[in-house]
Formats: sequence, C-alpha cells, structure tokens
Amino acid sequence: MAQKPMLPELLKAHGVSRRGFLKYCASLTSLMALPPMLAPKVAHALENAPRPSVIWLSFQECTGCTEAITRSSAPTIEDLIFNAISLDYHHTLQAASGHAAEAAREAAMKDHWGEYLLIVDGSIPVDNPEYSCIAGISNLDMLKETAEGAAAIVAVGTCAAFGGIPHAFPNPTGAQAVGDIITDKPIINVPGCPPIPIVMTSVLAHFLTFGLPELDDLGRPKAFFGETIHDRCYRRPFYDKGLFAEAFDDEGAREGWCLYKLGCKGPTTRSVCATVKWNDGTSFPIQSGHPCLGCTEPDFWDNGGFYKPLSAPAGNYRQLGLAAAAGGVALGVAGGALSKATKSRAAKAHETVDAHDLEKKS
Amino acid sequence: MTNNQYFDLLMWARTTGFDIALTIMVGGILLRVIEIVVLGRKKDFAKAKGSPVTQGIKTIFSRSVPRKGTMKEAPVTYIGGYIFHIGFFVAFLFLGAHIALIKDLIGLSWPDFNKAVIETAVALAIVAAAALAYTRFTDPVRRRLTGWSDWFVLIVSVLPLITGYIAVNKVFGVDGTLWMAIHILSAELLMVSFPFTKLMHAVTFAMARYYNGSIQGRKGAES
Repeated sequence: MAQKPMLPELLKAHGVSRRGFLKYCASLTSLMALPPMLAPKVAHALENAPRPSVIWLSFQECTGCTEAITRSSAPTIEDLIFNAISLDYHHTLQAASGHAAEAAREAAMKDHWGEYLLIVDGSIPVDNPEYSCIAGISNLDMLKETAEGAAAIVAVGTCAAFGGIPHAFPNPTGAQAVGDIITDKPIINVPGCPPIPIVMTSVLAHFLTFGLPELDDLGRPKAFFGETIHDRCYRRPFYDKGLFAEAFDDEGAREGWCLYKLGCKGPTTRSVCATVKWNDGTSFPIQSGHPCLGCTEPDFWDNGGFYKPLSAPAGNYRQLGLAAAAGGVALGVAGGALSKATKSRAAKAHETVDAHDLEKKS
Repeated sequence: MTNNQYFDLLMWARTTGFDIALTIMVGGILLRVIEIVVLGRKKDFAKAKGSPVTQGIKTIFSRSVPRKGTMKEAPVTYIGGYIFHIGFFVAFLFLGAHIALIKDLIGLSWPDFNKAVIETAVALAIVAAAALAYTRFTDPVRRRLTGWSDWFVLIVSVLPLITGYIAVNKVFGVDGTLWMAIHILSAELLMVSFPFTKLMHAVTFAMARYYNGSIQGRKGAES
C-alpha cells in the first residue's frame, strides 16, 4: 500500500478533472465552515498530503459505515481521498485476514508509532471482552494497544462514538464507546448510522490540512454537528404553519408536510443531513418521507420510540394514571366521609344554650 | 460515559417526570372533587319553587362575563384576565406538539394553528400576566389579599408559556433540547401544583357557579 500513487495521479487515472477536484475542495472548505480563501490551501494540502498511515479497526458493528464510505457512488472523490491516505489495515477492505492481517497492523504501528491515525467503527464489549475477538485478540485489547501509538482517533459511526445499537438497552455485551475507554488521546466523534460519507472524508481532510477540528461537548466537529436538522429542514415551513402528516399514507404525507407527529427527531438531532444530504446530495430520510431517527445522538435507540412524537410522554403513564384515578377516588371518598363524620360529631356535641344559661354563666 | 445530558433530562421529563406529574394531578383532582361531592348537602324536605337546576347550569356560563362595572373598577383584571386565559388555552390546545401529546393521551386530535398565531397569543398572555402581577402588587388591597401561594400560582402558570417560547424560538441562542426539557418540566410543575392550589379553580369553578346559581334559582324556604 505504501507504493500507491499520490492523489493527482489517482484522480487522473479515474478520469476526475482538475476542475472537479478543485470544486470538491471548495465544497469541503465550505462544509467545514472554513473561509473560502482557504480552498486552495485545502487542495494543496490534499495534493501534497504526507499520506499518513491509517489503521481502521472494526469492532461490534454492521459494516454500514464502511459500506457508506466506499459505495456511496463509484468512483467518488471521497473514495479517492481514501486511496490517497495509506490505509494500512482495514478488516473488510484488505485481502489478508487472521494472523497475516494482524502482522500488517503491527508492522504499520511499528513503522509509524505516534503518527498514525486510528479510525474505529463499532463499539467495544467490556462486560466480557471475548464477545468480539479478531485473530484471538479481544476488541478491548486491540483498541488499547493500537490507540497507544496513535496521533489521534476518529470514532466513525454512532457505535464507536456513543455505543450505538450494541449499547442499546439491555446492552448484553456491556458495549462502550471509544471515548469511554481511551481518555488520553484526541478523539473526533463522527456519529451517524452511518455518517454521511462526505462528512467522514471532510473530517479526514481537515485533520490532514489543519489538524483537529473544533469539537462540541460530545466530541463532534462543530462544522457538521452544530445545527439541528429541524432548523435546516426544507419541511420546516410546514411545521411553522401547523401542517403535519398524521400517518404515512395520509394527505399530509403525500403533500410532504412536517413529520413531527410521526416521531421525527429533527428538533433534537444535530447533523448536516438536511443540507449536505446523501448520495451526492440526492436526498435524506425526511425528504424520502421518513422521520429522522436521531442517529447522530447518544442512545438514539432508546429515546422513547422512533414513531412517538418528541412531545409525547414515553413512560408508563397509562397504568399509573389508572392507579392514580382509583387512588384519588378512594382517598376522596375517605376524605369526604371523614369530614362528614367530623361534622356530625360536632353537631352531636353541640350544646344548646338559651338566654337563661347565658345569664347564669355571667 | 459519553452522553447528551440535555437529552437525558428531556427523556426524564417525558418518562418518570411525566408519570409522577400525571399521577399526582389525576389523583389529586379526583380526590378533591370527590371529597366535595361526598360531603354533600342536607336533604331538603321543602319542595322548591323556581328552577334551581336550570339556573345553576345557566350560572356556570353567565358568570364567565363579569358583572357590570368591573371594567371601570378593575380594567386590568378584566382585560388581562381574558387575554391570559385565552392566550394560554390557544397555545395549549392548538400547537402541533401539544395536539400530538393530547392524541397520545386520549386519542383525540384537531387541526393545528399557525405558529405565528400561537406565538402572538403567547406573547399577549405573558404581557397580560405581567400586568396582572403588577396591579396585584401595586394595589394595596389586593396586595394584602395575596398570599405566597397566589404568587406561586401566577409564576407557575406563566412559566410554561415563557419556557415554551424560548424553546421553540431558541431565544438568546439557547440549546433547543435543554429548553424543551425545561419547558416540559415547567408544565409538570404546573400539573403537580394544580390540585393543591387555586389552579383547581379550572375544575371547581363549574361546581361553585352551579351551587351559587341553584341557590339564586330556588324560591321558597329551605328546610
């Protein structure tokens, strides 16, 4: 892999024009919320990138993140950027497997100790590390070992960033995020199930050109996770007008009205889905008529149901409400009876007084 | 553990918080209403003339219009009271998110209002509440009549309006998720205090008006 040609030759070989490449760099620059004047710098940096060694570890995951980045549409410039880095280890993409693959990882680690970029997709089972092993090495051990010599870690996908679906209740494997285990390295979380391909490559491009991007409280690059989907959604005007789809096949759904009442998590989900979109800007879930699941947020699997509106209660209020009604009636009857009893006792105990009695007393 | 604390707070408000609030509110309202009904009245052996029942029902509605002269005596209470109540119920009953909540609770739903209408209603209701609080504070008589629980009720009933407005519009650039959680929690505070404060008037007003009206409608001596 070390003998791979540099990016300009690769682009040429794949029939991507220089104009196309510069356009891509300009869109990357704007996507990363950098000033437009930095676009040439991005292009220059990518062309002359020192081709850092990248080790990609896949743990408890579905390979969706890798699928998204490699199969978005071929050949994409994202794909080529990936070729421009020296991807020295990737379970799914490399030909070698088992011990031979591990030898490649160890060699890459040794050669680039302290400099390589570690990309992780998938969560790590901690309750019993043997739930997920590669060549007899547990995910936990492999992560700790590989992270030690990494310059930085990119946790790709919600599983690596926040635990994702394996971490969902009841979390049978004790799945944890990369950030829960590794605390002494810079970690960039790129959540999403999967993340948008261009977001993944933009983060890598940012790392190659300007180093670590600015991150939010959850370790996500602010450029891509700064605003909610709701605030950028093209269906927002329908929300403001009070026009909602109430079912997947009603008039509102056909008219493309807001999906809030069908459980859309757009208002609480930070991502650029609504602006960058998927498959080369073709569409995104809401545009396809499905509410946002909130996949870039921690615990999105357990946040009260995908089809429950955000404003609807998600607990056991029905049973509790019935118990409360019964309890309220019972207590009300008891309270009323008690007051009645007190009243009649008072009436019985009431002494009648006439004028003579009063005179006697005084 | 990497977690979105704001979303966790929102989930608590939507689950445990709501469960507690609803239990206390439903149980509390029933407790108080049943207690009043069970207390009952003494049996009236004298046959009434007139029509106490009809008059009672009529009074439930007729007392929604203040008596003559109120406009002159207390214009802020008159107008502010109306604006606050109408604004509160427009926002509560016609915002899409609230209709979704009501549909989840009882299965009923109706068309939503435009956000502009709701926000105007909310803004007017907040201004009206501020005006009501101001006259209550400046008028020496009303000030003396106002206890801490009245101030509490006033604040608790305006809070959901203010927090809702902030959450929807992200005023001051606040975090939408956090303020959605705060808004739901403020509504839950209203629910919890409902049965044990003067907020209970929203239920007992009908009983009280009926009782008064039926006395007015009754002609003749009571045994």
